Amino acid sequence: MNYFQNIDWMIMLRCFIIGGLICVFGQILIDKTKLTPARILVTYVTLGAILGGLGIYQHLIDFAGCGATVPLTGFGANLAKGAIEGVQNQGLLGAFIGGVKASAGGISAAVFFGYIASLIAKPKIKKQ
Amino acid sequence: MKKIGKHTLQMNNIVNILETASIVGPKESNGPLAEYFDKCIEDEFWSEKTWEKAESKFIKESSSLVLAKSGLSFADMDYAFAGDLLNQCISSTFALRESNVPFFGIFGACSTFVEALCLGSVFIDSGACTNVLCSTSSHFCSAEKQFRFPLELGNQRTPTSQWTVTGSGSVILSKNGNSPHITHLTPGVITDLGIKDANNMGAAMAPAAISTLCSHFEDTGRTPEYYDAIFTGDLGYVGKDIFIDLARTKGYNIASKYNDCGVLMFDKEKQDTHSGGSGCACIATVFSGYLYKMLKEQKIKKLLLIATGALMNATSSQQGESIPGIAHAVAVEF
Repeated sequence: MNYFQNIDWMIMLRCFIIGGLICVFGQILIDKTKLTPARILVTYVTLGAILGGLGIYQHLIDFAGCGATVPLTGFGANLAKGAIEGVQNQGLLGAFIGGVKASAGGISAAVFFGYIASLIAKPKIKKQ
Repeated sequence: MKKIGKHTLQMNNIVNILETASIVGPKESNGPLAEYFDKCIEDEFWSEKTWEKAESKFIKESSSLVLAKSGLSFADMDYAFAGDLLNQCISSTFALRESNVPFFGIFGACSTFVEALCLGSVFIDSGACTNVLCSTSSHFCSAEKQFRFPLELGNQRTPTSQWTVTGSGSVILSKNGNSPHITHLTPGVITDLGIKDANNMGAAMAPAAISTLCSHFEDTGRTPEYYDAIFTGDLGYVGKDIFIDLARTKGYNIASKYNDCGVLMFDKEKQDTHSGGSGCACIATVFSGYLYKMLKEQKIKKLLLIATGALMNATSSQQGESIPGIAHAVAVEF
């Protein structure tokens, strides 16, 4: 019971709203523009990297937690943050190393779980 | 046969559509036309390992079925015209590699079915042969992979996107028999008004369909009143509305007798298919299943069948090319 008592319901709500809004904006782009999903994906990552690099995205993360870090924009912000830290610690070379290093967990998890899913699941047509 | 007007060919002899066969996949089996198809397959792999093999099986089984229904065998077929959407038409060639029938592989995107009917009719009408097999197929999963993104990516679909029909339709054209027959054919010209969205093929193909419709009426001197029904292949909901509007601007009021096979194939609300069906199998199965039965029962006596095709591939879309459309028409009477 202690676990539930410690949950900050306000951060949950903020997380839900900000994360949801980021997805709603993506859905609007799919429905109302000719952008392909792949382009929207790249746009989100790039936008996150720019906002992260300028230090703006961190405010959103402070406000909404996973609502800002889980969507693709969070991945972009993480790349930028890692690159900046890399430069601070290792000089110019860190710009190339830091970004991927900071997001290594996400990338490896995506490859790992993608591989597991491909072994146990088969893509199908939605029947209804 | 003789050429009348600019593009149309008028048959001199009777070119019978002796028999048809249609086999569809799981989504189509749950659609409003399910009862009209010969076979409904509930497994999109149809016990095969890949979608491509499954698609080939669809065309193989539908051509075998049409022969069985007509009491003929591959040995009775003088020539075969077949096509599909996969690179180098492998569904058709792999399906018919053991048939031992002289084979023409054709590609007209989703217009392939009527393209096959056109070419087959000319062969029959020439008097040189007795029976011609025409077959086309498409498969949702292999087509998504070929033209858009692999299914595994789990992409969202846009409101104007269409759903490639999984299945195959086959017909036998013959100079024998007494069945619905092809009287005129109007091959279409390539029409490109600059639509670039591969998820909006209806809009890309509607101008081609109008061009062929107008050629047909101008060449034959007919009007929409001559026909009981006019069907396009796979313009979908988006393209259907554009087609009706464009026809009106040309002075043809077709709304009361016109429909689209892609619109009929699925239940838009229940099946979440957005703008409707598409693919080589769309018009092939709707004609072979539904329309042929309507003709046989004389519920439709004069039918104008216009198959529409979007002539792009994945590379041309990625390189920012627009989508050229084409439409071929045949007049079928009984």
